[in-house]
Amino acid sequence: MSTVLILGATSGIATALAREFSAHKFDLVLGGRNRDELSVLASDLSIRHGVQAGTLPFDALDTETHAGSLRSFLAQAGNALVGAVVCIGYLGDQVKGQSDWDEARLILETNFTGCVSALNILANHFERRRAGFICAISSVAGDRGRQSNYLYGAAKAGLSVYLQGLRNRLFAAGVEVITVKPGFVDTRMTYGRSGMFLVASPESVAKGIFRAIVKGRGEVYLPWFWRPIMLVVKSIPEAIFKRLRT
Amino acid sequence: MAENFVTEALSGWGRFPVESCNVYRPESQRQLAAILESGAQPSLISYGLGRSYGDAPLNRQGVICHTRLNRFLAFDAQSGVVECEAGVSLAEILQYFLPRGFFLPVTPGTKFVTVGGAIAADVHGKNHHQDGTFGNFVLDFKLLTPRGETLCASPNHDCEAFRATLGGMGLTGAILSARIKLRPVTSVWMLVDYQQAANLEDALGRMTESDVRYQYSVAWIDCLATGRQMGRAVLMRGNHAPANELPARIRAPLAEPARRRWTLPFDFPSLALNSLTVRAFNSVYYGMHRNAVRQLVDLETFFYPLDAVLHWNRLYGRRGFVQYQVALPLEGGLEGLKEVLTRLAQSRRASFLAVLKRFGKSSSGLLSFPIEGYTLALDLPVASGLFPLLHELDRVVLSHGGRIYLAKDAVMAARTFAAMYPKLEEFRAIKNRLDPNGLLSSSQARRLAIVER
Repeated sequence: MSTVLILGATSGIATALAREFSAHKFDLVLGGRNRDELSVLASDLSIRHGVQAGTLPFDALDTETHAGSLRSFLAQAGNALVGAVVCIGYLGDQVKGQSDWDEARLILETNFTGCVSALNILANHFERRRAGFICAISSVAGDRGRQSNYLYGAAKAGLSVYLQGLRNRLFAAGVEVITVKPGFVDTRMTYGRSGMFLVASPESVAKGIFRAIVKGRGEVYLPWFWRPIMLVVKSIPEAIFKRLRT
Repeated sequence: MAENFVTEALSGWGRFPVESCNVYRPESQRQLAAILESGAQPSLISYGLGRSYGDAPLNRQGVICHTRLNRFLAFDAQSGVVECEAGVSLAEILQYFLPRGFFLPVTPGTKFVTVGGAIAADVHGKNHHQDGTFGNFVLDFKLLTPRGETLCASPNHDCEAFRATLGGMGLTGAILSARIKLRPVTSVWMLVDYQQAANLEDALGRMTESDVRYQYSVAWIDCLATGRQMGRAVLMRGNHAPANELPARIRAPLAEPARRRWTLPFDFPSLALNSLTVRAFNSVYYGMHRNAVRQLVDLETFFYPLDAVLHWNRLYGRRGFVQYQVALPLEGGLEGLKEVLTRLAQSRRASFLAVLKRFGKSSSGLLSFPIEGYTLALDLPVASGLFPLLHELDRVVLSHGGRIYLAKDAVMAARTFAAMYPKLEEFRAIKNRLDPNGLLSSSQARRLAIVER
């Protein structure tokens, strides 16, 4: 049986993705902080789809523990583990982060540093095995900084570039690296916020992620129309963009 | 971190009334508890899939949508007991357990209701005369009270909370999860007998005489027929087909036949359903179903004919409709039904779907709807003059010792309701103990004076 590791498994996209994987009969290991919630998710997956679903304590912010918890898990999992998805994210409060360093640091560390710490370990593991995939959820917000969420956007931009480099490095080892850039997705992270449009369901995004992983696509925008939208957004000259209310 | 909410227009399935509500959508039980305990809103009510018809799950100040609290927690294949969160839908239970040989023990006419909703309305199905309500198959449930306690209520433990919550329309707390005993089946097929009945007496007589032979029994009645044909009906009664009684062409007894799903993407003009079109439909429907026995019908067609058309409530147009369902006791029930049908025919208001059924013994739910006797359910489009007619019908029903179904009610008067449900005081006492500050409240609860305004 093939197993997939999902870190940040209690997030809206991760939950939908876990269901998508288990519907295709993958076993799952769900990593996160909230043990109770993870075991509820694991029970649900194994009851619905008859797959094995385990949990792994993992705190993105507690980078000191990553080596310990991830390495021992990876060693145990062996060849059954076919890939890992990093679904860790925190939208945060941009305005608060502008003056409150704790909030700013939380945004940067959750979305970038914590993810990189995990990805470094995963990369080394799969490179040694010369097989598998690594997928991480970035965001269209990382394609261009705009005033309403540039702390989040900066962290995601950093993550996207890290993944580009990783993709380049791991090509020789035959390991796929998939960057997922969703637009607005209807999850707890965005629920009740204003200024959203073209909001996608977590289920449709999960289907898109699954397809991208199976096909080994590099960078994927979900839904697809965000690619042309961001192409236009990226091409607006800075002299004009800086004047816009974004 | 404060929970976010979205302010949106909500309504029940009848799309009347429509109210602007602050909707919370927790994704974990912890978030749900935080919403209840935070005091962010002075009142809250739970919302599932919105298939009740009126204002039962509406509450301007706060509505908690349970659809993301839909995880399965445990399943025992030996006993057929499934434990799941309250947001799991009956459709999901069927999706995952029918292939394993388990059906729902009781199902209403749509599978798009949540387990929490099924408990809160203590729903009934075509098998009520044999098996009672959904509550009879709930072993226990976990209830989160406004005081922050989680009670595990069953008929033997915290039984007051159990009886108040069953049929209690969400007014005692938020149901977190429940254990349900599923019904083992060996195929997804039913063996169904169709019979025509010339009028209401004939229909009730046949049902009384031979319902005992059928697990499921219901009659579709033509409520526009008058005089000696009043209440002419098609009886549809059946049992689960065991796998060994299926014809050889059915290789996989638990495989559902593929069904096309239609959707009504827009509102029909309000003219679409009027007494002429309904009269025509009823004549055709009545004519189509000659007496036929042991017809093989798949589960989906037998139990959920309307679910095949998603958003069928759009047939009634933008103004919406009211579903009027009454229960009448055995004693004097026939007279009560006749009077309701007579007044309805006189008013010349079309009812597209009219269903008649016998009810068996009532359940332990204090505000549970079914009482031993008969039930009649009809749809009426919202139009001028409707509400006085309904109030008139309410008085007829009350005078015959009957009651109206809360899950379908949108317009009943508080005094009428209090007279129809003698256990209301007992319910209020338990509710006040579980919810002393009256946190749980809904538009329906305030309209019917179950809670203070």
